[in-house]
Amino acid sequence: MNKLTRPSELEKATEAPLYAARKQVYPQSVSGTFRSIKWRLMAVCLGIYYLLPFVRWDRGIGAPNQAVLIDLPNRRFYFFFIELWPQEVYYFTGLLILASLSLFLMNALGGRIWCGYLCPQTVWTDLYYAVERLIEGDRRERMRKAAKAADGGVTLQRMYEVTAKHSIWLMIAWWTGGAWVLYFDDAPTLVRELLTFQAPVLAYIWIGILTFTTYVLAGFMREQVCVYMCPWPRIQAALTDEWALNVTYKYDRGEKRTSLKKAAELRALGERVGDCVDCRQCIAVCPTGIDIRNGPQLDCIQCGLCIDACDSVMEKIGRPNRLIGYDNDINIQRRMAGQPEIYRPVRPRTIAYVALIAGVGAVMLYALLTRHLLDVNVLHDRNPVAVRLSDGAVRNAYTVRLLNKHSTERTVTVGVDGIPGLKVHVIGNDSNGSDRPSVVIGKDQTEELRVLLTAEPDIRLDASSPVIFRITDVGSGEIATARDNFVTP
Amino acid sequence: MSDHTEIDAVSGTSTTGHEWDGIKELNTPLPRWWLLTFYATIIWAVGYWVVYPAWPMISGYTSGVLGYSSRASVAVDLANLEKLRGAKMAVLATIPVGDIEKDPALLALARARGKAAFGDNCAPCHGTGAAGAKGFPNLNDDDWLWGGKIEQIMQTIEFGARSGHAKAHEGNMLAFGKDGVLKPDEIVTVANYVRSLSGLPTRQGYDKAKGEKIFADNCAACHGADGKGNQELGAPNLTDKIWLYGSDEATVIETITNGRGGVMPSWASRLDAPTIKALAVYVHSLGGGK
Ligand code: SF4
Ligand code: SF4
Repeated sequence: MNKLTRPSELEKATEAPLYAARKQVYPQSVSGTFRSIKWRLMAVCLGIYYLLPFVRWDRGIGAPNQAVLIDLPNRRFYFFFIELWPQEVYYFTGLLILASLSLFLMNALGGRIWCGYLCPQTVWTDLYYAVERLIEGDRRERMRKAAKAADGGVTLQRMYEVTAKHSIWLMIAWWTGGAWVLYFDDAPTLVRELLTFQAPVLAYIWIGILTFTTYVLAGFMREQVCVYMCPWPRIQAALTDEWALNVTYKYDRGEKRTSLKKAAELRALGERVGDCVDCRQCIAVCPTGIDIRNGPQLDCIQCGLCIDACDSVMEKIGRPNRLIGYDNDINIQRRMAGQPEIYRPVRPRTIAYVALIAGVGAVMLYALLTRHLLDVNVLHDRNPVAVRLSDGAVRNAYTVRLLNKHSTERTVTVGVDGIPGLKVHVIGNDSNGSDRPSVVIGKDQTEELRVLLTAEPDIRLDASSPVIFRITDVGSGEIATARDNFVTP
Repeated sequence: MSDHTEIDAVSGTSTTGHEWDGIKELNTPLPRWWLLTFYATIIWAVGYWVVYPAWPMISGYTSGVLGYSSRASVAVDLANLEKLRGAKMAVLATIPVGDIEKDPALLALARARGKAAFGDNCAPCHGTGAAGAKGFPNLNDDDWLWGGKIEQIMQTIEFGARSGHAKAHEGNMLAFGKDGVLKPDEIVTVANYVRSLSGLPTRQGYDKAKGEKIFADNCAACHGADGKGNQELGAPNLTDKIWLYGSDEATVIETITNGRGGVMPSWASRLDAPTIKALAVYVHSLGGGK
């Protein structure tokens, strides 16, 4: 009685809805060049993800010896020989820029290479499919079993299979979350703590979150993530150009498609037929369940599996392979016009991307190699900004924060330039007799000093004069400076 | 609900059968996910009532099965904090105040604790940054009525000045005018003399010799023959550039006429010993310490 028909549907009933109810995809197993590339890349990606936290790196006593570590409590990020402080988040910005430029470059060369081979969503979904196939069988079997289960034919065997599949999925998901937290603490210790239930609650919470997201995204959402949730297909569609190589059905070679028998008959009659035998293998293997022969489409993650599927068909019928392959429309048009194919990996767009990547990379490397291992920040006291002393002299107070990013303790001197005869006094420091008191900063530490600057009584000063704090490493001569002002009451 | 199943001609949706002035209500139910979310929040709320303190009663409130109370959880946090700081605070309690500044970590701790205590207790008079005000000394400068060594500062904080505590600093500036010791014109003369001690200009035609004599007879006992003051008595140095109550002639005359006797309370009974120590370190490190 409450049957609902929206006015918009009445008017535009012919248009496709914005969101189609999901059709379960049952991709068939396939083997071939691209499948084996995908297996290898999967092994590499998962291997890096799961094993990297266990790689050790000797940084000396007291420093963590994990090669890649995000040390949140101490606010440090370690990446092999690099150690970043929170002040240096711009390196991460740089990395993000590099990542997007690489993505653009990949896109200009070969379309959604990222989506098809490297994206975590693809890698984990692929792994989940492998598990599913192992337990429930290949495409036909899975479809048959699902149909039977939908009809209420739930057998013990079916229950066992489903339970086994979900258990293994959950285990993989749990390991995914488990590996994630290992990046935030000493991995071997944390593994031991996790096994003995001694680990911090936060670790369990994060493992829980990642277990859940992995299980849901790779087990249930699958291609839906690529089609409806991920922004990259939309962005890449806007970034791509006619020269980019995409997984393409070469309709110039495939059409007119028809069955092998019919094709022979038609050929005998002198009609032109294509190589596609309409076996629908390319659709059966597609993890997003689309027909690549309909041309380039948003749902295609360009995993290349349909290439493998079609190649094996072509082999069987004795035709050259790559009826589906990495190609572009320009070549299709050229072949149809009888011209030779051309490929242009080097063109202004790709040159620009490579140049940008090299440029940003070089800037980052330069910044990394020449970055200051000694740093100083100065904060002027606000209340009061200046004090008049009994002999008429003026004094200003500052909070000076010294950063020693070196792995050794260092002795530095605190000097101030800008006003003649300025006296520097560091509270709690006994080398205050000199005009450049020296201070010791522990390795990999910050030191906060309270520094008083006193001008001579009879000197004439502006309301505000610039001063420069000059911190000098006694050992290496390295200098860090900071500007501030000296004000009068 | 009526069993009215009229279908609206324009939208094709059934109506609820309600009509006001010819306007009919369409029956467009909420999406299921929306309703489920709504029900879930209701169940959540009921669970919340059971688990956490929720309902006010005539005397008190339902305490919830978890027995949670925000006051108790704050108390736990505070206890943990004390435990965390325990070792350092124990050192702070026993170490002589003069040695604290030699250990950077201890100095930082004492300064932090002192700063917080200063904000709570001292800032109302001395200002949040200890810049002081008229009658309330600036603790950043180097002029100290009762001494600026760290031990002296601590003593002043502990017992105060003219606070009534047995160990408090004592010493009053007498009311020379009000008590009839000096005549008004003598006060003007000695006021000008005092101003001249710190290099301030004097009134034209004032009798320097007479001022000097009045000073020697009445003021030198506390402020010293040279006017440099006496910290034992809290008598300020009159030759420097810092004037607690102001240096203009009228103010100086008022001071001599009515006397001064600012009160600093004793904190010994209100703050614990480590806090007083931390306060002394903080004030000393403001820069005025000697
Ligand atoms: S159409 Fe081919 S390349 Fe695209 S997602 Fe499907 S199998 Fe992968
Ligand atoms: S696998 Fe190849 S031959 Fe078979 S339908 Fe697809 S494109 Fe045609």
